[in-house]
Amino acid sequence: MNAPVVVAATQVLAHVPGMVRHGSKPSRELPKDGDVERKFLASLRTFEAAVAYPPHQAYLSTLHPRALPERPWVGTAGGSASRFGGGGEVMPEEELLGLLAAVDEAGLVTLTPGLAERAAAALRTHPLGKHLALDRIERAVGDVGGAREARGSLALHVGAGPVEGAVRPADEVDQALTASVLLENLSSKATATLALLHLIHDHDLDPQSIDYVIGCGEEAIGDRYQRGGGNLAKAVAHSAGLSEASGMDIKNFCAAPIPALMVAASLVHSGVFKRVAVVAGGSLAKLGMKFQGHLRNDLPVLEDVLGGVAALVQADDGVSPILRLDSVGRHRVSAGGSAPQIMEALALEPLQRLGLTTTDVDDFATELHNPEITEPQGSGNVPERNYRTLAALASKRGDITREEIPEFVQTRGMPGFAPTQGHLASGLCYLPHALARLTSGEARRVMMIAKGSLFLGRMSQLSDGMSLLLERNQGRAQ
Amino acid sequence: MLKGKQVVALGERDGVSGPAIAACVEAAGGTVAFSATECFV
Repeated sequence: MNAPVVVAATQVLAHVPGMVRHGSKPSRELPKDGDVERKFLASLRTFEAAVAYPPHQAYLSTLHPRALPERPWVGTAGGSASRFGGGGEVMPEEELLGLLAAVDEAGLVTLTPGLAERAAAALRTHPLGKHLALDRIERAVGDVGGAREARGSLALHVGAGPVEGAVRPADEVDQALTASVLLENLSSKATATLALLHLIHDHDLDPQSIDYVIGCGEEAIGDRYQRGGGNLAKAVAHSAGLSEASGMDIKNFCAAPIPALMVAASLVHSGVFKRVAVVAGGSLAKLGMKFQGHLRNDLPVLEDVLGGVAALVQADDGVSPILRLDSVGRHRVSAGGSAPQIMEALALEPLQRLGLTTTDVDDFATELHNPEITEPQGSGNVPERNYRTLAALASKRGDITREEIPEFVQTRGMPGFAPTQGHLASGLCYLPHALARLTSGEARRVMMIAKGSLFLGRMSQLSDGMSLLLERNQGRAQ
Repeated sequence: MLKGKQVVALGERDGVSGPAIAACVEAAGGTVAFSATECFV
């Protein structure tokens, strides 16, 4: 059998301040109060500020999250921060709007001639530009004013600027094909495509060598007869030029990336496929979700980036970190829903099964939401809460003493640095760091833990979660 | 304290879930009119 390894992972961000108004919360709140809308628009970040923001650099993996400076991170000057880095990039909004048009196969997006020209010019010189269908940007040029008059259309802006584009609904009455749903889906497709293109071309991979793509983003594309129909993954594979791949999506709220990695690893391990990519795009619905807390605290609107991620799983190459399928931790129906019960099921039970302790794991990556985003709205520091729970359980188990709890949290945990798009924060955002730590770094094992709020769909009161161990490959030593 | 009272139990994903609050309310003699758990991240 083939031990599955993660060969490469890449992460991207798209800075989209003009699209934040279409996030679920702002789209409901801004129309109610002109003063709030004005303050919101005045509080959007510049691209330079978004690039310089230290958590974004950690997300691109140009610095390890434990190397982040002391907070506050907001207001950090540009310094040496670069748009490109760590195998990914922060894409500015004009280019992202061009990318939306380039991946739009249904003629949903209309752009002004000026924006289309600027976006196409920028993407033509982009390192990945030759792999994009840039001709679609020109075809998207049209009467934006007229497109805006169509019932249910959405306006596209660059930051707080004027209307420069529009997205039309694909059906007059289908609630699964409204302009806002389609913009969410297109945004996810665009950012996932960008991440997948970086994965392939930054690592000199043959796009035709990838057999299967598994999507684990938050969007459930479909129509009125099957709202969560799915398979954005195959659409992304097509956009990225993976002509030999097929795909599917895995849905599990914010926890989906770990089941996606588990399935990818299982497909490789069983020999069904040789190479499987796991991809996810950003969640437009979550942009600006906590903007009220940010404005109350005189902060910029911090939820202004869409994330994207792509990783490649294949059979053991003797070097890349191994995804240990015997380490899968799952949250059983009977496991209980309190934080300690969930952590017991996801972190401790698998280690116990493998004869390992919590101190055999160098890094725990779980729900790495950026606390500078969550705290102003009263949501607290999510990763810190997780690490304290985990450390308390480790102490109860006898792996560490009570006095060692703070050190455990500090050295095996890390500050949250991910945009508040749960699937990215759920361990997945640490993947590039994990690969570095388990190859050129000092780590032996990294545990990725994801949790999903299954109860939000009102079909159950349960939550869910899954964990996986990544382990240093001993192939060369052997 | 909760005997005869109607309670709306709003749980939080990282804290105490709606069903857990509801169980406490009922144990204390209250009636749960509505219970839900939300996610705020």
